[in-house]
Amino acid sequence: MSASDVLVRTNEAPRFRVTARLRDLWTHREILANLARKELRVKYKSTLLGVAWSMLHPLLYLVVFYVVFTYFLPSGIPDFPVYLLSGLLPWTLFSTALGGATASVTGNAQLVPKVAFPREVLPLAVIRAQTVNFFFQFLVLVAFLVVFGYPLVHRGLILLPLALVVLLLFVAAIGFATAALNVRYRDVTYLVELGLLAWFWGTPIVYPASLVANNLGDTGFSIYLLNPVTNIVLTFQRAIYGGVSSEALGELPAPGLRWYGFRALAVGAVSAVLLYVTWRLFFRRSGDFAEEL
Amino acid sequence: MTEAPVVVEGVSKRFRLYHERPSSLKERILRFRRPRAEDFWALRDIDFTVPAGQTWGLVGPNGSGKTTLLKIIGGILRPTTGRVTTRGRIAALLELGAGFHPELTGRENVYLNASILGLSKRETDRYFDDIVGFAELEAFIDNQVKYYSSGMFVRLGFAVAVHVDPDILLIDEVLAVGDEAFQRKCFDRVDQLQKDGKTIVFVTHAMQMVARICDQAVLLESGRMQAAGAVDEVVKEFRQVMMRRQTGLTEEAATKEVEIAGVELLDAKGRPGAMVAPGESLSVQIELKARHPVDEPVVVVGIHNARDEWVFTTDTERLEVDVGRVDGTVRVTFDLNAIPLLEGQYFVTVGVRDRDHTATYDWHPRRYPFDVVRNVKGGLVIPVEVRVERPERARTELD
Repeated sequence: MSASDVLVRTNEAPRFRVTARLRDLWTHREILANLARKELRVKYKSTLLGVAWSMLHPLLYLVVFYVVFTYFLPSGIPDFPVYLLSGLLPWTLFSTALGGATASVTGNAQLVPKVAFPREVLPLAVIRAQTVNFFFQFLVLVAFLVVFGYPLVHRGLILLPLALVVLLLFVAAIGFATAALNVRYRDVTYLVELGLLAWFWGTPIVYPASLVANNLGDTGFSIYLLNPVTNIVLTFQRAIYGGVSSEALGELPAPGLRWYGFRALAVGAVSAVLLYVTWRLFFRRSGDFAEEL
Repeated sequence: MTEAPVVVEGVSKRFRLYHERPSSLKERILRFRRPRAEDFWALRDIDFTVPAGQTWGLVGPNGSGKTTLLKIIGGILRPTTGRVTTRGRIAALLELGAGFHPELTGRENVYLNASILGLSKRETDRYFDDIVGFAELEAFIDNQVKYYSSGMFVRLGFAVAVHVDPDILLIDEVLAVGDEAFQRKCFDRVDQLQKDGKTIVFVTHAMQMVARICDQAVLLESGRMQAAGAVDEVVKEFRQVMMRRQTGLTEEAATKEVEIAGVELLDAKGRPGAMVAPGESLSVQIELKARHPVDEPVVVVGIHNARDEWVFTTDTERLEVDVGRVDGTVRVTFDLNAIPLLEGQYFVTVGVRDRDHTATYDWHPRRYPFDVVRNVKGGLVIPVEVRVERPERARTELD
């Protein structure tokens, strides 16, 4: 019997220590894996197309936005489909993971009062499942690049893993807070829904960031860039879209990789601090979830 | 003793019962006053230590805090005061098929449920055929669980549950499922776990189960520990508690101001001999004797079945019968008409108390047996009249 098998429970929430939490999560990694798998399987059970739906989703989005921004509201962005997908995919990961994580504890109201396991598993399983979805959707983007003969490999790609890690850190940081608060106040679900709608239009996905820079001026644009998701999405765009052509690169706020790398790291650092705070909040509250559900 | 796998020290648990707890921000903001809350102590000062390898039963009437205590030991709820220390891997079986999802197949649910109960993938792989065999679902394991009958669902949940392999096992009443043959398998499995030296804490209100599998027992009533120790003692105490709840009477406290001098059970034809058929009537004739005059005592009659389950109680207060003044000898007869009991042995309890529940005069718990003998089959009694007619004769006359 190892020391970690000795558990003492009192009214005091146990101290929050990151290493202890990580060890606890590691011993419960199979619940995490199984809940994430359930999330993915349940979604497409009893559908004819199954997992193809998760790939069709961005394609249909692409068609809609392509029609709107090519014929109705011409945006003039070169290689618009690539631009759109390279911003839309990380955004979809962000919004579905955040929405799912918010409802993850309340959505398991049958499980939480009956079984003891680290509650962090619930939002993390949603984030993990959506990350798997993201990889499927990414295949669509890769296929698109191949079919239309865009260059696949270029220097900008080194930003891709960084952007993804920062995105996951950020969504976990927000998701822990919303998941914990949603247990007591169900409004959080609706706030997150509305917030995501506004956030979508505050992020350069269907329009270029350069448009904002031109219209708002330097000060306005600096404020616009305070949005962490904007920085993450820009890094994705630099990593994928920035490599397809020189005109494409011109649509982005800066040509060099360093500008993006620096911003992504800054967002990552802020996310890490935020994650510490919200994880702690989640952990300290999680002892009462069983009672409050 | 410090190495005992389960140590419960001074544990209390308070639940806040909110009257209209604000569950939205709007309400919280609009209402400045704190929400009105009422404290409810589900547990008070619970202390016990379960030594390694023992099986303990937590018993008590409904709402006595048994499940709350089990959840605190299992780490699902936090104690309000006191502390619980556990040593070893815990599996808490509070619900069968926890996390089962109807859209997933039996196979997928087994893996999901097993991981939630703490089995690793490798262990689940190893036990998988056993689990499916135990549940007797070989033919359906790749069907979605939504197509399962409730019996199949429960069997699968149970099959996973009994294959968990922790050091400490917490079980909440779940053994009481399935048909006789399935229960037999479950008991065999519990025997095996006991032989393997597992520590088991087991919540139930089925006394025969406590006697059958527990080394020691703890009796809870209204969140307090009423007794702890040898199973026989606790079971006896539990019967007292149940009796007190049902009748307001206790054995020790009998003051004998009014004594039960004699009880006779008579069948429908007035014969003593305590044997009736379902649907027939039974008379309980009670002779009371008072040394000094006593006003308006309340006479109580109860029935238990052979498994010691309480099936019926009534008293003269409930029936709005005034016994009046008892001076010397008084005979009170309860005519129990059309007894809807099934075949089996039953025991009649007779007691006398005062009107205000402050004193028990006399008390004969389950002292008078009678038998219900078979004249029908099935799970309930329906009053039946049988008519035999011969329409052929009418037809013959027409011819």
